[in-house]
Amino acid sequence: MNTVFDWAYALEILPTLGRALVITVQATLLGMLLAITLGLALAMARRAPWRLLSYPVAFVVEFVRSTPLLVQMYFLFYVLPGAGFRLSPLTTGILALGIHYAAYCAEVYRAGIESVPRGQLEAARALNLSPWRTAVDIVLPQAIPPVVPALGNYLVAMFKDTPLLSAITVVELLQQSKIIGSTTFRYTEPLTLVGVLFLVLSLAAAWGVRRLEHGLQRYGRRA
Amino acid sequence: MSASVRLTNLHKRYGELEVLRGIDLEIPAGQTVSVIGPSGSGKSTLLRLLMTLERPSAGGIEIDGESMWTLSDGKPAPAAHVRRVRGKIGMVFQHFNLFPHMTALGNVIEAPRRVAGLSQQDAVERGREYLEMVGLGDKLEAYPGQLSGGQKQRVGIARALAMRPEIMLFDEVTSALDPELVGGILQIMRDLSAKRTMTMIIVTHQMKFAERCSDRTLFFDAGRIVEDADSATLFAHPRQERTRQFLQAVIEAE
Repeated sequence: MNTVFDWAYALEILPTLGRALVITVQATLLGMLLAITLGLALAMARRAPWRLLSYPVAFVVEFVRSTPLLVQMYFLFYVLPGAGFRLSPLTTGILALGIHYAAYCAEVYRAGIESVPRGQLEAARALNLSPWRTAVDIVLPQAIPPVVPALGNYLVAMFKDTPLLSAITVVELLQQSKIIGSTTFRYTEPLTLVGVLFLVLSLAAAWGVRRLEHGLQRYGRRA
Repeated sequence: MSASVRLTNLHKRYGELEVLRGIDLEIPAGQTVSVIGPSGSGKSTLLRLLMTLERPSAGGIEIDGESMWTLSDGKPAPAAHVRRVRGKIGMVFQHFNLFPHMTALGNVIEAPRRVAGLSQQDAVERGREYLEMVGLGDKLEAYPGQLSGGQKQRVGIARALAMRPEIMLFDEVTSALDPELVGGILQIMRDLSAKRTMTMIIVTHQMKFAERCSDRTLFFDAGRIVEDADSATLFAHPRQERTRQFLQAVIEAE
């Protein structure tokens, strides 16, 4: 009975883990979508010429970056319902992941925006482009391609942070494997499979990011 | 259509450093003015102030009698006013400052599309017209990275012209070019000047160009206008000792 790794058992639990993996991937993709859009908005707000906007945004970004994701997750999970927002645990978790990583993405965007040469802004000013047009047509198309690799690293990092969702009762990959383990008292196979699945998907994501980076480099070389 | 420029007691300071120390200047509409002088004398700063890339520390800028930074009642002008007045001015830069992610045509039609509000079709027509005028009719779809320095500067000129400015500022536009490419750019500027459709202010180190192709030349030194005369006179008979020294040094170097 006590083989080190029971392949038949591993194969048997794979479909159950697969369903949990869908939740994990879903949380990652939706969380990242939120992070890259909200992050861009935060980066632009932080650079806005109105201190009434830029100072509070800078504070929020620093605050979110300096507090643990797990604490933020618990906070949203236990405090939002009290404030009248009834969200599913998964939605709450996606929100927490998205907001947390948005703060990091905002800093990445900021670096990209600051790397656009001053002359570009001066040319835009000389052509009388509005600040909004300058941002959308001139600055962002030059600021974003170079930071895609950094954003991609956060995609992988967020993927690896999804087990934290189990703390707020989301049955994602890790939680599912623990449930399986607690009913059969065999933890080796489910936990090993969790590790392998994370490894495979992380490598796939990293490969995808590199492809994207490569494509963007060609785009950059046109210039 | 061209516009006049009037500067009154214009100052620009960066901390302790005073780059412009009181410039008084009137340029009638349609005139072509060269600005010469040693580096750091404030020539480029003058253009940057005119283009509103910087704000004056003191003094006034009037375009066609309209103050750039203040309203007629003396209050600070709102952004919309500055934007409207700025719309009369165009600028060509030493380092081109082309948008690297747009084609030559894309660079030229961006402002006609987004600022003047032309349709895509009208903007493309206008862009093509100006790129052909600077001799780049066959490079519409080229990206700046695929163009030579001379070609880049032609795009820079076409881009500024496409907004049909009343005043054009040229900031050392040939300084970053290989010597054999300088002549073509100067020829374009000479043709533009001959049309008399714009007021042109040209900061340059090309003394021959200033002498032959501009109506008037200003010699700048240490943030002041040291000498201001019609070009032929200034180069042939400089009145100030400092002007004489500068011209002599430059001509010996050439």
